[in-house]
Amino acid sequence: MTLLKSITETQIWKSLFRHKYPDNPRDQALAVLSNVFLHLHPIKVKKSGVRMSFTWCMGGITFFLFLVETITGVLLMFYYRPTVEFAFNDIKALREHVPLGIMRELHRWGAHAMVISVWLHMLRVFLTGSYKPPREFNWNVGVILLVLTLLLSFTGYLLPWDQLAIWAVTVGSNMARAHPIIGHEGPGASFLQLGDVPLVTAASDVRFALISGRVVGAATLLRFYVLHCVAIPLGAGVLMAVHFWRVRKDGGISGPM
Amino acid sequence: MPEQIKDLVDWLLGPKIYFLLSVVGFWAMIQFRAFWTQAWVAGGIFVFGVVFFALSMGDRDFTLIVAKPDNVPISIMFVSIGFLLWLSFRKMVINDRLIAKGLPTFEARESRRRVFCWPDLVYSEFLCLIILSVLLLVWALYLKAPLEEPASSARTPNPSKAPWYFLGLQEMLVYYDPWLAGVVFPLQIITGLMAIPFIDINPKGNGYYTFKERPFAIVTYLFGFIVLWATLIVLGTFLRGPNWNFFGPYEFWDPHKVEALNNVNLSEYVYNVLLERALPSNILLRELPGFLAVALYFGALPPVLANFGFRKIYSQLGFIRFNVLANLLLFMAALPIKMLLRWAFNLKYIVAIPEYFFNI
Repeated sequence: MTLLKSITETQIWKSLFRHKYPDNPRDQALAVLSNVFLHLHPIKVKKSGVRMSFTWCMGGITFFLFLVETITGVLLMFYYRPTVEFAFNDIKALREHVPLGIMRELHRWGAHAMVISVWLHMLRVFLTGSYKPPREFNWNVGVILLVLTLLLSFTGYLLPWDQLAIWAVTVGSNMARAHPIIGHEGPGASFLQLGDVPLVTAASDVRFALISGRVVGAATLLRFYVLHCVAIPLGAGVLMAVHFWRVRKDGGISGPM
Repeated sequence: MPEQIKDLVDWLLGPKIYFLLSVVGFWAMIQFRAFWTQAWVAGGIFVFGVVFFALSMGDRDFTLIVAKPDNVPISIMFVSIGFLLWLSFRKMVINDRLIAKGLPTFEARESRRRVFCWPDLVYSEFLCLIILSVLLLVWALYLKAPLEEPASSARTPNPSKAPWYFLGLQEMLVYYDPWLAGVVFPLQIITGLMAIPFIDINPKGNGYYTFKERPFAIVTYLFGFIVLWATLIVLGTFLRGPNWNFFGPYEFWDPHKVEALNNVNLSEYVYNVLLERALPSNILLRELPGFLAVALYFGALPPVLANFGFRKIYSQLGFIRFNVLANLLLFMAALPIKMLLRWAFNLKYIVAIPEYFFNI
């Protein structure tokens, strides 16, 4: 006890924690208030709202999985070069040269789990009617985050540059060629002509813009890498901030009025 | 597991019976919610499922597809959706009984009490984090992430499949062309989801589980999520093999399996069969029946529904909300309708203008 006291009485400890052990209302409030991460939470919540059987903790799980993806993803970026020449071999080296290496496994299974947890979070929010006023806007932010999660997973699918990757992305991105008007095999595209020159072709349509080429190739790999590691995570990060903030502003976890 | 049972399951899980069974199962889930959510029934269903799954793992073809590393999440999704549906339906049944008696719901009784986030919320979040970390680590240690041959644009695998979470959309390609199944329908799903809070103006059921106070919303959403999204993913992943042919769970994926496809367009039905004459050379005249059908479906059905049958809902929602809702519901129903038409009449396209990639 004296040892504990000698630690908690030091200047270093006191510079970190501005409150005593949180076993009384005042310090319980301070524990949440004086911590930048914990202050996402309010000081008090509805008893019904902290029940696991009510929330399934799915939103929290999704956020946690996003953090797992970020950390493992950064580690993977150290050893991965997004070029046709190196991509596959770098992944293979990770597999063969790292004893008990599980970073790629954590990243991949975490990504699958995140897709599922987003769906389940949405299911819970729907079944408890938590999208109803005043939370309409936050439901919309959530839908966009769901789309971004799927896009993150989809762009990441290409990066190992194996048969599984390239053909899954080919099948997926082939849909874009059928986009009405702006896909070269979509209805209405053939009406966009200047004289005899078609404006929407395999080299100018929305699919070309997406995969940066007529087929999934080197440019696609780089493009998906940048989208996967920088652009979409940044967008998702901003929207997550909005999402969490709005949960607080709209009255915290939903409950009967 | 005996071969007869395997053959029976293979036959039962053909695309037609699979989809119809999932609809019937969905109806039963809603209708008999008070029965199946009892602990012993739900437990029995779970044990039966586990035993069936364990016995199936003895089959080579079944194991080959289910134990594929990238397919493992689908089994996890299947089990977690089942468990969470049980949990939420149980709560709905209990709350609905309380409401019927005029008592406050389970959540209403507890929401008046406030608790400190530290420790009540922070601890359960921390516990959740630890459990999930352990599960992820075990999963990662036990199962290697897949890595196939290096990418080659010259060798197309058969079947070529999108990532598993898009396989419901890929399954729709059987019935609709890519511009609908791959572009319009996904966009409609996203906009439809975003429109939900603005269409559903029922103030009840906000912040607690209830079925009886909002049956329409729950049935519609769950039909979309369970029947049209989740079960089609299972179908697309486990039951579609080479050439996107259907294979039962215990069937060998034979790339030479031949399936007769003699589907007929609506225009051919009307002109060749009904009027007994050749197709007109004018495209618009040729596809007139299809255009009329689509126009009636999207244009005439909403006002008809607003005046008959859905009168009360129309008066509650108003013109704009009702039409948005009707449009979204008609899009949602378009898939099962086309499925039924395909199975019953071998109908290929309602409007078929391949010259301009405009097939519906």
